[in-house]
Amino acid sequence: MTDAAIVLRARDICRAFPGVQALDGVQLTLRAGEVHALMGQNGAGKSTLIRLLTGVYQPDAGNIELLDRAVAPRSPLHAQQLGISAVHQESHLLPNLSVAENICAGRYPRKPWTRGGGIDWRETRRRAHELLARLGIDIDVDQLAGGLPAALQQLAAVARAVAGDARVLILDEPTSSLDADEVRALFALIRKLRDQGVAILFVTHFLDQVYEICDRITVLRNGRFVGEYACAKLDAPGLVAAMVGRELAGTSGAVAHARPEGAATPALSARNVARRGQLRAMDVEIRPGEILGVAGLLGSGRTELARLLFGLDPRDSGDIEIDGKTVRLEQPADAVLLGLGFCPEDRKHSGIVAELSVRENIALALQARMGLRKFLDPAAQRALAEKLVAALGIRTPGIEAPIGQLSGGNQQKAIIARWLATHPRVLILDEPTRGIDVAAKQELMNEIRALANGGTAVLFISAEIDEVVRVSDRILVLRDRAKAGELPGGAGEDAVYSLIVAS
Amino acid sequence: MSRRLLPLSVTILLFIGMAAFGALRYDGFLSLQVFLNLLIDNAFLCVAAVGMTFVILSGGIDLSVGAVMAFTTTLSAALLGIGWNPYATMAVVLALGAAFGAAQGFLIQRFRLAPFIVTLAGMFMARGCSYLISTESVPISDPTYVAIAQARIPVGFDASLTLGALVAIATVLAAMRLAHATAFGRAVYALGGDENSARLMGLAVGRTRIAVYLLSGFTAALAGIVMTFYMLSGYSLHAVGLELDAIAAVVIGGTLLAGGVGYVAGTLFGVLILGIIQTLIAFDGTLSSWWTKIVVGVLLLLFCLLQRLFESRSRRTA
Amino acid sequence: MRRLSRHALFWPLATLALLLVLNSCFNPAFLALSWRDGHLYGHLIDILKNAAPLMVVALGMTLVIAVRGLDISVGAVVAIAAAVATLLTGGSFNAGGEVASEHPLWLALGAALLVAAACGLWNGVLVVKAGMQPIVATLILMVAGRGIAQLLTGGQIITVYYPPFFAIGSGFLAGLPIALWIAAGLWGVLHLALSRSALGLFIRAIGGNPEAARVAGVRSAAITLCVYTFCGLAAGVAGLIVSSNVKSADANNAGQLFELDAILAVTLGGTALTGGRFTLAGTVVGALIIQTLTSTIYSLGVPPEVNLVVKAALVFAVMLLQSAEFRSLFTRRAAADPGAPR
Repeated sequence: MTDAAIVLRARDICRAFPGVQALDGVQLTLRAGEVHALMGQNGAGKSTLIRLLTGVYQPDAGNIELLDRAVAPRSPLHAQQLGISAVHQESHLLPNLSVAENICAGRYPRKPWTRGGGIDWRETRRRAHELLARLGIDIDVDQLAGGLPAALQQLAAVARAVAGDARVLILDEPTSSLDADEVRALFALIRKLRDQGVAILFVTHFLDQVYEICDRITVLRNGRFVGEYACAKLDAPGLVAAMVGRELAGTSGAVAHARPEGAATPALSARNVARRGQLRAMDVEIRPGEILGVAGLLGSGRTELARLLFGLDPRDSGDIEIDGKTVRLEQPADAVLLGLGFCPEDRKHSGIVAELSVRENIALALQARMGLRKFLDPAAQRALAEKLVAALGIRTPGIEAPIGQLSGGNQQKAIIARWLATHPRVLILDEPTRGIDVAAKQELMNEIRALANGGTAVLFISAEIDEVVRVSDRILVLRDRAKAGELPGGAGEDAVYSLIVAS
Repeated sequence: MSRRLLPLSVTILLFIGMAAFGALRYDGFLSLQVFLNLLIDNAFLCVAAVGMTFVILSGGIDLSVGAVMAFTTTLSAALLGIGWNPYATMAVVLALGAAFGAAQGFLIQRFRLAPFIVTLAGMFMARGCSYLISTESVPISDPTYVAIAQARIPVGFDASLTLGALVAIATVLAAMRLAHATAFGRAVYALGGDENSARLMGLAVGRTRIAVYLLSGFTAALAGIVMTFYMLSGYSLHAVGLELDAIAAVVIGGTLLAGGVGYVAGTLFGVLILGIIQTLIAFDGTLSSWWTKIVVGVLLLLFCLLQRLFESRSRRTA
Repeated sequence: MRRLSRHALFWPLATLALLLVLNSCFNPAFLALSWRDGHLYGHLIDILKNAAPLMVVALGMTLVIAVRGLDISVGAVVAIAAAVATLLTGGSFNAGGEVASEHPLWLALGAALLVAAACGLWNGVLVVKAGMQPIVATLILMVAGRGIAQLLTGGQIITVYYPPFFAIGSGFLAGLPIALWIAAGLWGVLHLALSRSALGLFIRAIGGNPEAARVAGVRSAAITLCVYTFCGLAAGVAGLIVSSNVKSADANNAGQLFELDAILAVTLGGTALTGGRFTLAGTVVGALIIQTLTSTIYSLGVPPEVNLVVKAALVFAVMLLQSAEFRSLFTRRAAADPGAPR
């Protein structure tokens, strides 16, 4: 395989967005008849790289060569015409059109002028049917794409992608919502395409799938190129280490551990909570003053667990107890009244209200908890905000500045301040240190420890395993949307890795 | 296949049901002319609603349709009044309607403005311009227009159609072909289905959006011409609220307001249903005409709730 | 301290001032005020009085727009409220030769307001519980509501003969029109409610980022329902003022195009259609601008038809100025990339 022809070579790719360098000197080499994995954690730059290859954005620097010819895709249409096709994660097909139409959209066969010149639907259906047959996919071409299960939509999307003689096929997280059988069907299709000489780029976070179907792996971390490896030469722990950057761990000082004493009633006890397609049934318990860390790779169900516990998503089963009493927790307002808090992973979408000031953002949850009539007047809000801004070291032009102006890290601190203001019983933190510089991370970790020492139960989710290991009193390890195991505080990173990769 | 046609079938069944109800209850209801009158009296609504169908299919909305129709009638009356050739007049108003629509589409696409507010302002603008031309009703006496207005095409059984009704039928047929046999039509469906996916598939989303509003402006002007035949006058207060009737016809015809799903044929039946409600009320003689509005409102509510049910169920199974 | 021109109300007030100046150039007596018949008299007073119904409706609309909603049924609700109030008040000569009302005035007015609030609640339920788009949900009442108003009045214009009823729209209190007092009172009540309770913060949070507000524990559904109900109530108050002013209720025409003027007043005042931050004062100024505009056009001798064209041009201008894409044409900074990584 090593001497297969190089189809696509991307060199020294750089791309920046306001406030963040998404890609910095990234290399990618795709060979014909090879399945190449692209791996990295959240924010590593995988989506950006794919958007550059498919013409959604243009690189700031670097070049792309397709079959030894320099190319610069200007738009998705242009990329497709060049021979670079993609099946994206967030958009599959047009749900309101038939499978046949989805496959041929934009490239309809026409009837000759003598017969009207309109779209030849019979030919459209025939072509789609023939393509699907050739690829070994069994789907009724007349069915509406929206009515197909996700797995079949995926296969149909792949069929569309290769319908136009693609040389490069990019698959962005194609297996996220597929079960084992469906993954097998997809892989059969991928192997068929590989054997036909297509260069396939496969983005995924499922380690076992990488080893099952891929020949080579490129790893990105924080926008930088870590390395290209042959699957046969890099084992799973090594891969995880490359993605997570193990060698950077241990730079900060240890965080003081104060083990909670005695077997107090758990502050939060969730039994058998589950949501179909999101999380398999599991039990979670957090004691007052305890930090429960949640570790696992992307897609293991970390955020889904947090959302279920906070009432953001409805659960299909399970009960939640607060301080030993079963409670009704159906929506976030209930959770807040019960003394829970939640710092979401995606602070831009679910965290900050960008136009409101720092002061208002910080006061929001406390005010929501107090209700409509008990009012925190602006003076009280100011006092509260100033105290917390000082305590957390939030860098802001002032508490009246719109929070959207702050840097990501400071926004994150402000969200944490919002929940600190409510003196929560249980605080759920989903990736609180993402996008924060090292020094600020340390401050934050100390603050979280102090909070726990004060009696708050903390659920600490992070993709950085070294962080989880350092600060947690107990560690919950998730894998494939289920509990893989629990480890006591002080367990080393190796123990966590082995639970993550165990099959 | 049948699941897709379900909303349309409901609409057609509703129409047949209402027709049957009328036939059973009132004498003389079941005559061919009564049914042809549905088309004759609502020809302009039909033409406008056809254009509106495309806009709604693409996921947008056009509130300026009635105003453009009124503007068309007043401009036509003014031009004919100063001696313009009737066909030149028609050409000019059609071109203006298309340009107006394209301008709205451009603002919506280029500056990512909400279609609702752009076409609302467009409605103000068009009706205002119509007022500028003339505030009073101006009768049209151009012989060509009068001849067209008075022409009757016999269809047998002592019944006849007007040219306006024929234009409506032709528009519906042309639109059906546009929607089902051209790349543009399919791009409209794609745009309404999932704009992001459509763009990533390489479809010309921007151009399609502008074209859809151009089409709506054009059909509004065409509907205005048909209305001019019907009323033989140009008046700024023509077609007030007609855009709402057009939207109602489209929704009752089975097109989802969210876009992506629906048939032009459905809109035709939606128009016929609106017409038959009025005919039933007229035949009854005891009910006042505003019951039409209430019934239309109730129908609209039922169809919208059905659409919500349809959407939430399909989201759960997908 | 922000410079004067950056204050949120600057442009609306400047526009209003410009219009007033323009008016007084053409009509020297425009700004004149005198005391006649026990109250203030003058063009300015007329503008204030005539703007009152629009102010009231626009205030209700402001909050709906602030939570990322819209209510295009307000015109129909105005007509319904007017119909209920006039029908219940009526007025006929009683035995003593005086005009008495059919029902006590407080009952008539109360019923009208209750019905109007119920209309608002209906809209809210469709939006919040049935999950309909606000345009669609309120379109239904817009279509059916006018029919309902016509049904109530039997298509007739219902005239009221009971003098106390006229006071709402045409009466004066301490020299100023009662209608103005009502509008000012409503504004005052809203201002207090929004600034002395958490309501203002919650509304801005819901409009700014509905998901984040929900995560923070704000009861978005309940608040949105209240906002729509209030909008209906405000339309009801406007209906009372309008019908009192003309001493009748005309179901066909009452409140016609009101919703468009209300949306225009809100956007002219500086509240963005995308929701979030809002300004009640801006809306009041916006309503005054629209009313002054009508006055200006009239006094300029320009045909009143120009009114619509000017309003349309204003809406386009405000829309474009509020659009980030449009503003980026003039600033060198590139517009934000779509889909930049989180």
